[in-house]
Order: sequence, then structure tokens, then C-alpha cells
Amino acid sequence: MPEILDQARTQVLGDGVGLDQAGVLAVLNLPDEHLPAALQLAHEVRMRWCGPEVEVEGIVSLKTGGCPEDCHFCSQSGLFTSPVRSVWLDIPSLVEAAKQTAKTGATEFCIVAAVRGPDDRLMKQMREGVAAIKAEVDIQVAASLGMLSQEQVDDLVDMGVHRYNHNLETCRSYFPNVVTTHSWEERWETLRMVRDSGMEVCCGGILGLGETVEQRAEFAAQLAELDPHEVPLNFLNPRPGTPLGDRPVVEGKDALRAIAAFRLAMPRTILRYAGGREITLGDLGTRDGLLGGINAVIVGNYLTTLGRPATADLDLLDELKMPVKALSATL
Amino acid sequence: MTELVAAQRWCDRCGEDASTAGHESCAAARALEPPRYCPQCRRRMKVQVLPVGWSAVCVEHGESRG
Ligand code: SF4
Ligand SMILES: [Zn+2]
Ligand SMILES: [Zn+2]
Repeated sequence: MPEILDQARTQVLGDGVGLDQAGVLAVLNLPDEHLPAALQLAHEVRMRWCGPEVEVEGIVSLKTGGCPEDCHFCSQSGLFTSPVRSVWLDIPSLVEAAKQTAKTGATEFCIVAAVRGPDDRLMKQMREGVAAIKAEVDIQVAASLGMLSQEQVDDLVDMGVHRYNHNLETCRSYFPNVVTTHSWEERWETLRMVRDSGMEVCCGGILGLGETVEQRAEFAAQLAELDPHEVPLNFLNPRPGTPLGDRPVVEGKDALRAIAAFRLAMPRTILRYAGGREITLGDLGTRDGLLGGINAVIVGNYLTTLGRPATADLDLLDELKMPVKALSATL
Repeated sequence: MTELVAAQRWCDRCGEDASTAGHESCAAARALEPPRYCPQCRRRMKVQVLPVGWSAVCVEHGESRG
């Protein structure tokens, strides 16, 4: 057994204290033959510190495309020649999407907009949309609307948005290679306001943007410092027309190493499978990740791409004897 | 409807001539993506992805769903 896994067994599994950056790097550098042991340990950590439940979430794009920012992975930036056109979802369709999501047994519904930050029109749409969902659907509402002002943070709390997603996307040292229209620190500032407001913080990122293994470890350590309630883990799905459109996808084993390492860095967080898992991991890898530290999934489609059918994930959870977290348990 | 299917002139993923070679990867990618270009006129469509399904609207040729 590699020394780092022995150390993690005592420190993370035993005491609930996450690995630091050097520890995460050691896990990310484990040779293939030790990957099963790392995943097994990460699974034990998740079971001990989070339990067997899996949190299921659906997401929908309220405002798609035409974003003024230049995140190099994103097909929704208006600055690239991506085929994604700008479009708004109307309130009845938003409520219908929430209903469809609730039908899968999901307890979370996240409303997302491709913006730098919300303007008055978007905040008004949010207020109407969240109220309409709450009147008709039994589901918790989360939001992801970019960078916020303090007033907007307060408004979202007032609407009853219980969790806010704002991804740091990658580590601080690599961020300027991926985004030039705003800084990592600006993102951090929104996260700080969200945290202080009492909303749950959801913050993760994308692996495979060209970061080194060391930078992946740096990212895990920075997330651990933030200590978010939830960490969504995406794997780059290279989008046509974006600056990262020709990048290779993350190799399956590296993705699994990252899942184990992020879990060992953050024993108590909700570690969610988000975009890209279908192409990076496939069906078999999806299962390996759920048995290697993942305890939440996005079911159904993403914002501009499609996922596998919700039933495929729900059947898998059933087979793995992992109960879907119920609404009563989250309220 | 048959007319619509018969008129797949343009690849609905990359927007190039559908009769040329090289759209196998587009077809494979389409398993996990909605269409982006109208197959009849190659206009970029307004596409809304929903938790279940998607809709795509061409200003000229109307809406398709999947
Ligand atoms: S801010 Fe969000 S929607 Fe805009 S380009 Fe960046 S990732 Fe895409
Ligand atoms: Zn094509
Ligand atoms: Zn058309």
C-alpha cells in the first residue's frame, strides 16, 4: 500500500481531516495498479462522512448563449464562433422543466444563465420563475447566474434560492490561461458573499483544460480552503468553435484518480458528477466513480449538451444500493 | 414530415454539406448533442436544451424537437 493511502486512511477516514495539496498530488500521481485502492478508500471516506445517499439534481438554462465573457471552454461565450445561439426560456417552460426534474426523484433544480452577472431583466425573470416553481413543484431551487452584487445576493436569499453555484473552474495559477475577461479573485469575492448570506455554496470546476497535475492538486486544495457545501466536477467536453475545442478529453483513469483525490481532500462535501462524464468515463467509469467518492449526480441533460437518460443513472444507483437523498432529509 | 427528412442537405451539427464525407464524427457526437444547424437551409437554429429533450427553431423552417 502506498504511503499516501496509509496516511489518508488514518487522517481522512479516521479523523475526517482532508489531504493537503501535497497529499492530493501524491494521489493524482499514483500508478494505475494502486487506483482501485485509492477509489476504495475514497468510497469508504464518503460512506463514513457523508453516508450512502446520493443527491440528485437537474439543471436548466434560463438564458443560453451570447455571454460577454471568454471562458475558453464555453460554447456559450458570444466571443467565439460557436454555433450556440442566444435564447431565453419562458416561465411556463421553466416550471415544466422543474416538474420533469422532480419526477426523477431529484431534490435539486438549478437555474443557470450564461451571463457575467445578472441584470435587472434576469433578476426579474428569476423572481417570477422561482415563485412559480415554488408554488407548483416540491423541489429545492438553486441558481447559477455569474458574479453577483451584495444586493443581488440578498435578493436571491429573499426569493428562497437555497444554494448558489459559482465555479472557480480551475486553480488560481492557471485561471488566466482560461479566462481573461474577469479574474479568479472576482469569482472568489462572489463566493464569499454567498457564504456570508447563509446560502449554501456550490463551487467546482472543469478538469482537462490544459492544467498540469500539480495545478489539479492546487485546485483541490483551494476548493478545500473554500469548503463548499457542494463541488461539481466537470470533465472538458471540447466544444466546436471554442479555443479549447481541439483539446483531448481527460483519460478515464486520470478522471478517476481525480475523483478519489478530490474526495480525500474534502471528506464531507457533496461531490457531484457534472458535465463530460459520459465521454470521459462512459458507463463503466460512471459506476467506478460512484464507488470512488462521488455522492451526487446531475441527471438528464446539461445546458447545451445532452446527458444519458435519468433512468440509466437511477437504475445504477438502485443496483449499487445507494438511496436517492429525499427532500425531507435535505430540508 | 417525409419532405423534411428527405431534405437533409446540411449536417445539423457542423453546418457543412451533408453529402460530403467526414460527418461520421458529427453523427456520433449528436448522440449527446442537440442539432445546431437547420438541415434544410444551414441557418443556425435557436436551441433550448431541457432536462428531458430539446427544441430547435429555424426562423425559416420552424421547430423540431427531440
Ligand atoms: S461566464 Fe459562464 S456562460 Fe459566460 S463564457 Fe464563462 S462559463 Fe460561459
Ligand atoms: Zn458534420
Ligand atoms: Zn431552415
